[in-house]
Amino acid sequence: MNETLINLMADLQEEETLSMVNTLIKEGGNPMDILSDARSAMEIVGKRFETSEYFIPDLMMAGEILKGISDIVKPLIQGDDASAKKGKVLIGTVAGDIHDIGKDIVTFMLDVSGYDVLDIGIDVPIQVFVEKIQEFQPSVVGLSGFLTLAFDSMKKTVEALEKAGLRDNLKIMIGGGQMDDEVRKYVRADAYGKDAVAAVNLCKQWIG
Amino acid sequence: MGITPEELFKEREKRVLDAIALKKPDRVPIMPHFSFFPTKYSGFTPEEVMYDPEKLWKAQWKTLTEFEPDMDNSPFGLRFLGPLLETLDFKQLKWPGHGLSPDVSYQFVEGEYMKVEEYDAFLSDPTDFMLRAYWPRIFGSLKGFEKLPPLRDIITYSIGTAFGFGVFGSPEVTAALDALKKAGEKSLQISQYSRLFAEKAREAGFPMQYGGYSQAPFDTLGDYLRGTKGAMLDMYRRPEKIIKACEKLLPIMFEVAVNASKVSGNPRIFMPIHKGIDGFMSEEQFKKFFWPTLHALIVALINEGLIPCVLWEGNCTTRLDIIKDIPEGKALYGFEATDIFRAKEVLGNRVCIRGNVPLSLLATSNPEDVRAYCKKLIDIVGKDGGYIMDSAAGFDDAKPENVKAMFDFTREYGVY
Repeated sequence: MNETLINLMADLQEEETLSMVNTLIKEGGNPMDILSDARSAMEIVGKRFETSEYFIPDLMMAGEILKGISDIVKPLIQGDDASAKKGKVLIGTVAGDIHDIGKDIVTFMLDVSGYDVLDIGIDVPIQVFVEKIQEFQPSVVGLSGFLTLAFDSMKKTVEALEKAGLRDNLKIMIGGGQMDDEVRKYVRADAYGKDAVAAVNLCKQWIG
Repeated sequence: MGITPEELFKEREKRVLDAIALKKPDRVPIMPHFSFFPTKYSGFTPEEVMYDPEKLWKAQWKTLTEFEPDMDNSPFGLRFLGPLLETLDFKQLKWPGHGLSPDVSYQFVEGEYMKVEEYDAFLSDPTDFMLRAYWPRIFGSLKGFEKLPPLRDIITYSIGTAFGFGVFGSPEVTAALDALKKAGEKSLQISQYSRLFAEKAREAGFPMQYGGYSQAPFDTLGDYLRGTKGAMLDMYRRPEKIIKACEKLLPIMFEVAVNASKVSGNPRIFMPIHKGIDGFMSEEQFKKFFWPTLHALIVALINEGLIPCVLWEGNCTTRLDIIKDIPEGKALYGFEATDIFRAKEVLGNRVCIRGNVPLSLLATSNPEDVRAYCKKLIDIVGKDGGYIMDSAAGFDDAKPENVKAMFDFTREYGVY
């Protein structure tokens, strides 16, 4: 564990972090260790987000740094670096809504938190949710939506999952612009999460 | 003898202006942003009203006359956009019948419409950048303008003139000029309907809320030029550039508001806030990147005799102490998910507050819950005036009985 690297990244020092990673690699450092340190840094970033020390731009910046690190070290790693994933989460923006910024951040945070995340995109028709859930068999489904029109899309999506007999084995969380606990009741989801860390915490609670 | 429409007009305008001046009106004013609600309420689809001005008129008029808000908005500038945007092949929106199904509202397409390396071009000559790089990118029909030389280079017979105009004869530029002409016709049609609607509403006793539109410079940059992600990352990677760009946009955002207000004769300027809300940046970033140019804009508009009507979208509770710093009784702050009761404590003696019946309540709950929420708003935020009842944001999907409950209750219970 390289505390200096972890702290540089957790403090979002992009240039310094990437230059240190380059140096470490040049000096024969283990790429897997670097990735592991990056994950530790992301945990700190997530905690700072939870305590309102960090905000969305910080998550985006952390994402950029992580991408920069991956670009340097991934080519040096033989085979699959995937540490055992904790569980499957499927996420998408519901029919009629084309917003993706929030959904992308949630996907990113779930991914770095060790979940196997399948993002099926924006304006996803109800039937596509049903089919993809049948194929992927996630434990958790995240329904994203920014506008009020998403209320009914979410409701219909949940109903379709009930009809397809998939609902009992799933936890469903909703999030995005106009969502709140009123909407959760209306669409009959299991939980509403106010941000990306809330989504990660819900998955921790449900999957581990 | 009943009260005449002219008297009603004055009464309604006074009610709102009294609230803005932090006085106690005869009752709590109510004025929502109806957004696409009138469309569904009248049995039309969003696609229909975006292309058919008569249907749009009918829907808005029905809603206006049945709910009788203290002020309304002409819907044409933000709804009757189909033919114009189609002509321009506009890329920044998807709308019903153009990338989206007929029954949903239009939505913005996020993008990096100004690239990182274009900051300098924008800073040195925004008009040139807009014409030759930005317009061709956001208006497909104006792609030909990419071929234009900087027009500032055409100076006299010996500099620029002889060869500079040649490009205007090229097929690409000619096509773009043709598209501009067609767009001009569609645009004029929107203006005519908009003006006529305001006139007819006035004759019926209803003032318009807004006479112009502006934005925080950071929002213009982050929404339309750099994109959300671009603007957020720029705060770390090129902080000086983003501040310079906001400063460059400040006089432009002032100018668009002043010019629109001159044409409409209405001093109220709508300013929705997007990227400065809680969660979207830290307090430090808000103070450094967002607030300085927004604050300057608000103060400049007030000094010009205009009334900034700022809609603080999302949750802005942590910003209250900062945004308090504006002249007293000269603006209107609408709130969406901000703790509006806290807002009353912090801002109550500084700026009129508006809001914030949640859209989720209007769309999914019942009249009883709506009345209970409105009661709390009137009791606490409405205390001693300086408050306007409104939904949390413009609403598309709301149960008519819930909207009616919000209006009826405010008129009955909101009397001072």
